[in-house]
Amino acid sequence: MKKHTLSVSVENEPGVLSRVVGLFSGRGFNIYSLNVAPTLEKGVSLMTIVAEGDDGIVEQIVKQLRKLVPTIKVKDLTELKSVDREMVLLKVNAEDSKRAEILRIVDIFRCKVVDVSVDELTMEVTGDQGKISALVNLLTRFGIKEIARTGNVALQRSMQIDL
Amino acid sequence: MKLTGAQILLKCLEKEGVDVMFGFPGGAVIDIYDAIPKSPVEHILVRHEQGAIHAADGYARATGQVGVCLVTSGPGATNTVTGIATAYADSIPVVIFTGQVPRSLIGNDAFQEVDIVGITRPCTKHNYLVQDIEDLAETIKQAFYLARSGRPGPVLIDVPKDIQSQVYEFHYPENVEMRSYKPTSAPHIGQIRKVVKLLKGAKKPLFYTGGGVITSAAHEELTWLGKQLSIPVTSTLMGLGAFPGDDDLFLGMLGMHGTYAANMAVNNCDLLLAVGARFDDRVTGKIDTFAPHATIVHIDVDPTSIQKNISVQVPLVADCKSALSALKEETEGTVGDFDWAGSHKEWVDQVQAWAKEHPLTYNDDTANIKPQFVVEKIYEITKGDAIIATEVGQNQMWAAQFYKYTKPNTLLTSGGLGTMGYGFPAAMGAQRAFPDKLVIDIAGDGSIQMCIQEMMTVVCNKLPVKIVILNNGYLGMVRQWQELFYDKNYCSTCMDAQPDFVKLAEAYGADGYRVTEKKDVESTLREAFATDKPCIIDIRVEQEENVYPMVPAGASLTEMLLV
Ligand SMILES: Cc1ncc(C[n+]2csc(CCOP(=O)(O)OP(=O)(O)O)c2C)c(N)n1
Ligand SMILES: [Mg+2]
Repeated sequence: MKKHTLSVSVENEPGVLSRVVGLFSGRGFNIYSLNVAPTLEKGVSLMTIVAEGDDGIVEQIVKQLRKLVPTIKVKDLTELKSVDREMVLLKVNAEDSKRAEILRIVDIFRCKVVDVSVDELTMEVTGDQGKISALVNLLTRFGIKEIARTGNVALQRSMQIDL
Repeated sequence: MKLTGAQILLKCLEKEGVDVMFGFPGGAVIDIYDAIPKSPVEHILVRHEQGAIHAADGYARATGQVGVCLVTSGPGATNTVTGIATAYADSIPVVIFTGQVPRSLIGNDAFQEVDIVGITRPCTKHNYLVQDIEDLAETIKQAFYLARSGRPGPVLIDVPKDIQSQVYEFHYPENVEMRSYKPTSAPHIGQIRKVVKLLKGAKKPLFYTGGGVITSAAHEELTWLGKQLSIPVTSTLMGLGAFPGDDDLFLGMLGMHGTYAANMAVNNCDLLLAVGARFDDRVTGKIDTFAPHATIVHIDVDPTSIQKNISVQVPLVADCKSALSALKEETEGTVGDFDWAGSHKEWVDQVQAWAKEHPLTYNDDTANIKPQFVVEKIYEITKGDAIIATEVGQNQMWAAQFYKYTKPNTLLTSGGLGTMGYGFPAAMGAQRAFPDKLVIDIAGDGSIQMCIQEMMTVVCNKLPVKIVILNNGYLGMVRQWQELFYDKNYCSTCMDAQPDFVKLAEAYGADGYRVTEKKDVESTLREAFATDKPCIIDIRVEQEENVYPMVPAGASLTEMLLV
């Protein structure tokens, strides 16, 4: 089952998030991640939804989303060239003996350390899904104590040509 | 003009051309009720809110217009939920007004507060909580537009009590502009031409039509196409009446209780034209073996219906009426020079042979009254010129099989949700819309007890609805399943403890008739139909009669159990 990134513009009215989420739960579709925030256009919010399913299911999800009255536009970015990013905060075990190595990884991945204590480091990282999973994999052996993720946000690229 | 919220609400109904609403009062709508006597919109007081919503739905199905229902907050609102889901499942335009506690109390678990917008979100086309008196008129305008346009459906508006008494300048918008809602109606002409080409090449074409044809009033176009191009027609329960039921090209209903001819035709056709139908599991049986030899064209106004249950070769998103008129336009010129009848003759002959081989029938060899016989008599007496509502179960299937619907909007039945208790209040709504028409609820002894309280409403509003109970003393359809698939374990389906329906009718001030002899069926029906009073006709029918043909759930359409 493939993951699809859907970009959904909606009227920013009460209950709209609940309509979208209810559609997924009511019809047995899976949401992998969901991000929602207002855009520059007055009254419009943009949701980025990563959903899983075979082609038929994703086609249904897209159509069902379009059918919701407050939905203005739905794009399946998986079919298009797009930029995808997620921001993650990670709190990692970092006793003295491990700290140098962790900082090296922070460097390589261009993360930012945003909080420290005697035996922990909290870092912020932004990247696409590949980068995030690589980092999580590398840090797992030190012990990730907590993780908070924004879920994907994505925009269609302006130039839809292969470079 | 400055008006209260309650007055604005009623003024909006007037602007929408609403002549009647069905409702039940309570604390959270008392301001609206206070204003009703001064409004030209008539209010019919029901005896249970489920009755109000089904009546609004029946009114909508019979007229094609938006039905309106008004109830109070909390229990008043939750009592409408079954009816809202019923309307939603069958795409029926209704607007439901619910009272809500004052805005300052929302979220506080106030007396009679429920989140009805939350509760009905999955069973309305859209719903609103009015948060500001400024938005009230526009919200109502939008609600009516949403309810009737595109794929119609119920729309609920929750109006807090304090907004009803606030005063504001009344202005009803002329138009609705919603950037997020633009339903498609016109078909893609390229797709239409493709269909014409397929039609010319087809040897065994078949129309499979649904409720969408009735909703969009495309019955004339369908009838023209069927007859001129010589294409047999089968219909879902919801689509009955769109194509004349007494025509030789009409095969009857398809699916679980469809006719032999219809199911065989589906199984053998080479081109299936699905119009305003949605490949429901009760229609298709086992989906993998449905129409195995056919190229499928699917015309529907709702894109989500297409490619949902079955994959089709020619999707066509359009309102049925515009699609069928476009098809008519594209084929009108060919009627002279292309021999449509000749090219489909063999197929039409075959289909009619199937119809002769296994027509809808029943064993009439006992002294007992057969329920099918009663429905046949109703058809004979009314000559098809009545509005028929049904309850749910065997009564509903017999009403679909043994009465020939020749006009659209003459069968009111809960197809998608299968709501027992629907028929009688729906008949009441239809009777209010057409006071001079004969409106009959073909009922089961179980279902009729679910909204029987509306007897009082029809009596005091002089709505002469005729209830014909096919009284088999059982929850018959469930009993049939128990008989066929559960070793006759008739658990909780025997309903021989029942009220005296004749006395019950009389207690409400209506007429009551009981029929126990076959010879009295016709005369009693005639007598009861001739009066201008509502009545119950309690007909004691064969108790363990089954509905046939029957395709067991999940089996292929060709695996029919026949009489
Ligand atoms: C509200 C509701 N509850 C339960 C059912 C399940 N159900 C379907 S048909 C049926 C039996 C209906 O009995 P009756 O009205 O006597 O009709 P009959 O089948 O005997 O004609 C039942 C219980 C339903 N459709 N609706
Ligand atoms: Mg019964």
